[in-house]
Amino acid sequence: MSTKMSAIQDKIGQFPRELEDESIYIMREVAAQFERPALLFSGGKDSITLVRLAQKAFFPGKIPFPLVHIDTGHNFPETIEFRDWLAKETGAELIVRYVQDSIDQGKAKEESGKYASRNVLQTVTLLDTIEEFKFDACIGGARRDEEKARAKERIFSVRDDFGQWDAKRQRPELFDMLNGRISVGENVRVFPISNWTELDVWNYIKEEKMEIPSIYFAHQRQVIQRDGMLWADSEHLNKEADEIPFETTVRFRTVGDMTCTAAVSSHAVDINVIIEEILSAEISERGARIDDKRSEAAMEKRKQQGYF
Amino acid sequence: MDILRIATAGSVDDGKSTLIGRLLYETNSITKDKIEALESASKRKGLNFLDLSLLTDGLIAEREQGITIDVANIYFSTPTRKYIIADTPGHIEYTRNMVTGASNAKVSLILVDARQGIVEQTSRHLSIASLLRIPKVIICVNKMDLVQYEESKFNEIQHKLSELVSKTTFLGQTVSYLPISSLFGQNITKKAVEMPWFNGNTLLGELETFEFAETLAQAPARFPVQFVVRPMTEAYHDYRGYAGKISSGTFKVGDEIRVLPTGQTSIIATIEKFENSLEQAIAGESIVMTLSNDIDISRGNSIVLASETDVPSLKDFSAHVCWLDHQALSPGKTYLLQHGIHVTKAKIIQITERLDVSQQTSETEVGQLNLNEIGKISLRTAQAISADKYSENPSNGSFILIDEFSNSTVGVGFVD
Repeated sequence: MSTKMSAIQDKIGQFPRELEDESIYIMREVAAQFERPALLFSGGKDSITLVRLAQKAFFPGKIPFPLVHIDTGHNFPETIEFRDWLAKETGAELIVRYVQDSIDQGKAKEESGKYASRNVLQTVTLLDTIEEFKFDACIGGARRDEEKARAKERIFSVRDDFGQWDAKRQRPELFDMLNGRISVGENVRVFPISNWTELDVWNYIKEEKMEIPSIYFAHQRQVIQRDGMLWADSEHLNKEADEIPFETTVRFRTVGDMTCTAAVSSHAVDINVIIEEILSAEISERGARIDDKRSEAAMEKRKQQGYF
Repeated sequence: MDILRIATAGSVDDGKSTLIGRLLYETNSITKDKIEALESASKRKGLNFLDLSLLTDGLIAEREQGITIDVANIYFSTPTRKYIIADTPGHIEYTRNMVTGASNAKVSLILVDARQGIVEQTSRHLSIASLLRIPKVIICVNKMDLVQYEESKFNEIQHKLSELVSKTTFLGQTVSYLPISSLFGQNITKKAVEMPWFNGNTLLGELETFEFAETLAQAPARFPVQFVVRPMTEAYHDYRGYAGKISSGTFKVGDEIRVLPTGQTSIIATIEKFENSLEQAIAGESIVMTLSNDIDISRGNSIVLASETDVPSLKDFSAHVCWLDHQALSPGKTYLLQHGIHVTKAKIIQITERLDVSQQTSETEVGQLNLNEIGKISLRTAQAISADKYSENPSNGSFILIDEFSNSTVGVGFVD
């Protein structure tokens, strides 16, 4: 085994089961402490993981709160198909609300230009949905390893009427005690996988043999090249004249809207390869920077395997 | 694969950020985009090396903008373990954040500047590590490069530190002293070539070999019931499962149990984790327990082994508290007390002592306890709580106090 491959094997490791115990505990606290919780479901791997955890937390009972999907109208059809399948499979209630409705009601305005997306508009629809159903807790799949500001986010994060987060009003969270008491009008965002890293999520999906939407795996797709990235061609993408779609083999590392998620060139058709691919990209790049003597070999190896 | 949680605290100048950065760097935990950001930031500062302190110093910018700084969580892993560092920067609200960050930690990482030796924070940090019964303390004497890696300098500091430690430590706590240089990666993950006189572990070596799982599984068995699972479906018509996370000890199928506070007894019929049936489960595991007969159990009740006849049930007791709120704690006031998941009203009877954790002294005759202060109080709860002494069973001996009007978490307590 080469140095790089063994470094990757070392990094993959196993899923620490303690994380699952912790997340299930949080799920149960949500069900016990709130009157109308909901699980925000995007169709991505993190929210699929949440559904799995909720399913485990209340088994053999059903998930005691609905899955809420804010449909931007720009989702991959594969995601929508998967969402409906998962709701049926778990017996959970599914609530879908549409950004298009918020636009039609004049509450949100469609963006223009080639980078137009509905990513920002979702918030309007989400807040309306929270109000419509009087949700007092919304479970989300955010993780602290995603960025620096998130590193300080609480597991129970109290929001005001407008869904705003006030860093100064954050409650200290000690030991595993979660304080979900709120005043009228306030609600709580709950992040059960706060302490998971991206790798933990992938390892969990692998160990649990979970189903994920097909677009995470390599497939043939019409794409355009823009800013050095591959964008899925669709009716929602505002293309310029010189942006000619072509077909290639890609997969998606994260799954959001078709208009704001870039694809990567990949031939990974099973989860082991996906995990290796994620780590390989990072480790060899790092090798190239830190230890420039090894960089040539690392780069070559990557090319051989067809990455980038 | 287990998780080791580490708490660290300190000011920007003691090299803590560089140390954490170094640990991440040498364990290949920094992603490509972060390295790029680091390179350009280091260049902007006119440095010809990677300034690893910038990795965690997003927090400095926050301070400049006047945003509250508190605990940030940093993640890395090795083939052996996953690590979570709760990092609390030096700040006015020091004690509050340090206690919060350390509340889940099994290791307390303390930095001492080799040029300065012991400072007030060292003492405060050691006291808090002991108050929280953190089983392992690693004191890193950092910046050894600035004292020419001299053995005598390290020995001198270690000698003074061990005198201080002898005042704060408790039976069962291990304390190790390491000479390191974060800047030059000496003794972090690799043996220090510059300090051949040092025969001990590297910092990572200390972390990788620390064993802690055993003690919790052997503590008295405590299972707080979080949620009652009643599917009421055809397949599970009479099913009644008690869901929760075992806070300490071990439960086995067939064990005779007692429910607190009701005192009813039963036998464990099954222990389940999703679709799997287990023979036994230990501290930290989230499970569903079913019992051999139908008894009335609701959220907040605690399941213990029936053989244990003297499980505490407290209504009038004393505790150490760390105050976390701007509005002071004063006698006569009522709060909500949350012990694990069980919430009940509590009245503060008296503040009997205030501790000065940096001087290792205390005063009596205390009128109130302010933000960041640690003291001893006596209190009375509306319902009895089945809490152990924190010193004997930490995972079942702590509680938080919640302000009934603001709903904020205003204090944390440790049952005496």
